Amino acid sequence: MGLNRRDFLKLTAAGAAGAAVAGDAAALQRPPLEMPPEAVGMLYDSTLCIGCKACMVACKQANNMPPDFRVPENTTWDQPLDIDGKTLNIIKVYRQGTAEVKDRETDGFAFVKRHCLHCVDPSCISVCPVSAMTKDPLTGIVEHHEDRCIGCRYCVYGCPFSVPKYEFDDPLGQIQKCEFCVHLQAKGLTPACCDVCPTGATLFGKVSDLKEEAKRRLAAKPGDVYVFPRGNLDENRPTHEATIPSYLQRLYGDKELGGTQVLYLSAVPFDKLGLPDNVPDYGYATISEGIQHTLYQWMIAPAAVLAGLLYVVRRNTQKDAEHSGRDES
Amino acid sequence: MEATIFQSETNLDSYEGSLGGVTRREFLKFCTGVAATLGLPASAAWQIAEAATTSAKRPPVIWLSAQECTGCTESLLRSNHPTLEQLILDTISLDYHETLNVGAGHQAEEARQQSMKENWGGYVLVVDGSIPVKDGGIYCKVAGKTMLEHLEETAAGAAAIIAIGSCASWGGIPSAGPNPTGATPVYKLVKDKPVVNIPGCPPNPYNFLSTVLHFLTFGRLPELDEKGRPKFAYGRLIHENCERRPHFDAGRFAINFGDEGHRKGWCLYKLGCKGPETFANCPAVLFGDVGPGSWPVGTGHPCFGCTEEGIGFTKGIHQLATVQSVTPPNVYPRINEQRGEGITPASAAVAGAAVGALLGAGATIASKIGKQSDTESAEEGKE
Amino acid sequence: MSEHVPVGGRLITKPFTILILLAMLAFAILVARFLFGLGSVTAMSDGYPWGIWIVIDVMIGTAFGCAGYSVALLVYVMNKGEYHPLVRPAVMAGLFGYTLGGIAVMIDLGRYWQFWTLLWPGYVNLNSVMLEVAWCVMAYIVVLWIEFTPAFLERLGMKNLKQKLSKLLFLFIAVGVLLPTMHQSSLGTLATAVGFKISPLWQTQMVPLLFLLSAVVMGYAIVPFESILSALGLKRPFETKLLGKLSAAMLVVLIAYLVVRVIDLTWRGAWGYAFELNTQAIMFWVEMALFVAPVLMLMSPKNIYNPRLQFLSGFSLLLAGSVYRINTYIIGYDAGPGWSYFPSAGEIMVTVGVFSFEVILYLFFVKKLPVLHRAEAH
Repeated sequence: MGLNRRDFLKLTAAGAAGAAVAGDAAALQRPPLEMPPEAVGMLYDSTLCIGCKACMVACKQANNMPPDFRVPENTTWDQPLDIDGKTLNIIKVYRQGTAEVKDRETDGFAFVKRHCLHCVDPSCISVCPVSAMTKDPLTGIVEHHEDRCIGCRYCVYGCPFSVPKYEFDDPLGQIQKCEFCVHLQAKGLTPACCDVCPTGATLFGKVSDLKEEAKRRLAAKPGDVYVFPRGNLDENRPTHEATIPSYLQRLYGDKELGGTQVLYLSAVPFDKLGLPDNVPDYGYATISEGIQHTLYQWMIAPAAVLAGLLYVVRRNTQKDAEHSGRDES
Repeated sequence: MEATIFQSETNLDSYEGSLGGVTRREFLKFCTGVAATLGLPASAAWQIAEAATTSAKRPPVIWLSAQECTGCTESLLRSNHPTLEQLILDTISLDYHETLNVGAGHQAEEARQQSMKENWGGYVLVVDGSIPVKDGGIYCKVAGKTMLEHLEETAAGAAAIIAIGSCASWGGIPSAGPNPTGATPVYKLVKDKPVVNIPGCPPNPYNFLSTVLHFLTFGRLPELDEKGRPKFAYGRLIHENCERRPHFDAGRFAINFGDEGHRKGWCLYKLGCKGPETFANCPAVLFGDVGPGSWPVGTGHPCFGCTEEGIGFTKGIHQLATVQSVTPPNVYPRINEQRGEGITPASAAVAGAAVGALLGAGATIASKIGKQSDTESAEEGKE
Repeated sequence: MSEHVPVGGRLITKPFTILILLAMLAFAILVARFLFGLGSVTAMSDGYPWGIWIVIDVMIGTAFGCAGYSVALLVYVMNKGEYHPLVRPAVMAGLFGYTLGGIAVMIDLGRYWQFWTLLWPGYVNLNSVMLEVAWCVMAYIVVLWIEFTPAFLERLGMKNLKQKLSKLLFLFIAVGVLLPTMHQSSLGTLATAVGFKISPLWQTQMVPLLFLLSAVVMGYAIVPFESILSALGLKRPFETKLLGKLSAAMLVVLIAYLVVRVIDLTWRGAWGYAFELNTQAIMFWVEMALFVAPVLMLMSPKNIYNPRLQFLSGFSLLLAGSVYRINTYIIGYDAGPGWSYFPSAGEIMVTVGVFSFEVILYLFFVKKLPVLHRAEAH
């Protein structure tokens, strides 16, 4: 036997056609999800952040999280290196060269707050087989339900911002991530990190209002005095008067991966702060669900294939039984 | 510390008689203290002791007071090492000081004129209070002349000029908006000579005393920053030396006076502490020599930036400070840290063994196949 | 008279004992895993939540189990009856591959006691690719056991029951061809949700097709591999002619896979990544070499009937498909700067133990149950 030229060419053509179909991403994508009507969010302004970590302390207290000791011998300070099973929110520092001047890219430093961005089209919710991740249809808060979770860690694997974390050191471990202090919001209170931030770097409010606030800051002239709100946009809290810095003219989270409810302003490029930069304007869930829906919507295609298979297999097995009169095995 | 001092050659007994009743030990302790405040090594104490006691004539000092509250003088009155009387009776010759003068009126003015004439080019001019310049400077007059004129004529013959207090250093409280009198600091009016600024409201007396003694000892002023302030006292932010800094770093803030955080002594940044943008050494040297915590933040009130122009008497007391430089500590988590479990000797060995066994088995089997199939085809060939 | 017989012979041999020891070591390590958590035994971390237990034990293990699928395609769909003797051992290979893959999933799940939520209607998320994989694999395991039941029934001498079952077998065979088509491709679709975190060398919307084709290839490749090993180990003749024809079928699918792979890489302009100086590029070429070598090995008609080359091709393709899966989900996965992962010794020993257990089961079943074809038939 062997492969003859005809078969080879047939195969090549089939392969090319298949590749051509897949090359057009739009063909296999489902439409993106929309921002929920009463979406709440956070505006984090890296230039206002002074790295005091009050938000980390408040988050741990509000959510009853244990301290994170970096080395087992030093049980003095809570010193997480990143968000993990014990830490839902962290402030990290970007340093370059001599790190002398704040919010400068070269020979400077800047702070960034990392935790769940509560995406509009979250990957974690799409991939979870048992709906252990849910998104509130009104506020858009992404919550985790450990009473359903099977611990497959697909959410950890798939989140583009590397947010959900699993408690690997606990035999009964669960997934941990920021849940926007949903228990406090239910009582009409402000999420802990926003509540405690001294400079207003982390600001809570409706996403639409926060985007307006961000637009105002980006439109203002660097050096002008500006009154920055603190804590909660909907409350009349004491403000913080300071000067407008040289922002990067970009609101991160406005469009990235379909948009997020936690937004960022910064003077240092976002990828330097660890936020993924060359990402499309759609969430990756649109692709994996697009493929799944194309192949399996209403199980039409599988049913058709099964019907075909049943016919063929039955015919072949009956033929064999007739021909040989032997036992089927 | 005493041991190193005794290694010097100077004859200790020669001090006897020139110390005015102060014991040798007290005196040497005082000199060591001054050396420490100046940031000099312990051996400098010798030089200070020398200068303080062996100068033939006590250097003359003329002290002009303009728009001042006398707080700077009051602060000096509360110094202990040296005490003010040690200073003015034994170390320097204070020829004119409105508060401390024995005489008054025209006699005092005459004493000043005489001292100026006798010591022209060699006396130290100390100024406290700001000098009004509006309307010709009429808003502060002594002996019928404006302070502006007094300053001009006294500064002309001064060897060194020290502006003590925020008022003299940058304008202070009289210059607070709308500055109706045109209060002006000394350095803006005396342009031809170096002016040392010792800001503070009031400044720590030892900042002033150490500067004066440095000048007397070494014949030159200590290193100054770009605002003319001695670096040993004003080279660092209060934030960098504050005993509450760990609370700042850990995110523990007092929100209201009397709340739990305030009572536990947490950071006062959220109450408006200007420590992060104010240069001074208050947390290091404290005030009044009464023990730890004897400075505003230590007592639970936010610093209001009294030494800094544009902050003290300008920014609201509870207005948030603009943190000047936090330069995060090395243990601050960076954007990218080394994490995860990489290859270890044990895992490398096991992995190597597993892969090696797999490939080895494959090779062995392949060669065995060769033998068996040869045998089989040989057998087939026989049939 | 049945065409299949137990091979018989002694079960406890020296290799068998070694395998038992490896399996017992794995079991001991798993006791620690369940007592102290995954982190205590494996090198998995927040940056690399999926390690070799998922990628090798589950994904590659089930791909090995596609022997049943590939042979069923040949015999029952394309009606190539001459491969019939290979069916039962292939189904058994599938059985073990999938059952152990399922056990490996239970070992890897962090909250395994809540696995029932996968079947709870109120919780299931129909958009999730992983749900579809879980359901299909669970169903396929059931189907494989049913497909293999005739062997048990023969051994137990229950002829009537076997007759009745044989009439319905076509149903299960048909479903048994549909299910792997669905989930082996979906094991690839799992990667698409991850986006930029997987290198462009492996991240493509064609990944379901590529995983399916490579699974079929692996399903074919395992047949000569197992057949020749059995022949050597159990002192049976080679089934060279049959394996030669099967290898030809395998070659067809392999070339289809390579064509799709190359065109896809070219279309997306991803070749540049293959020429960088890093682990990903090197492993890409290793993968490519392992896939291409069998094409070169089996191209001529004489070579395709050479048992040694049949074995080496099968071996090479099993490695190729394995490396492809490891590349897609571990090597090609970028957790971010600073993260590193290499399986721990314990982790590797559990994987070795799981596969040892598979071989133990194979030897047990083959010697005690009528699985392999009667030796003198050819």
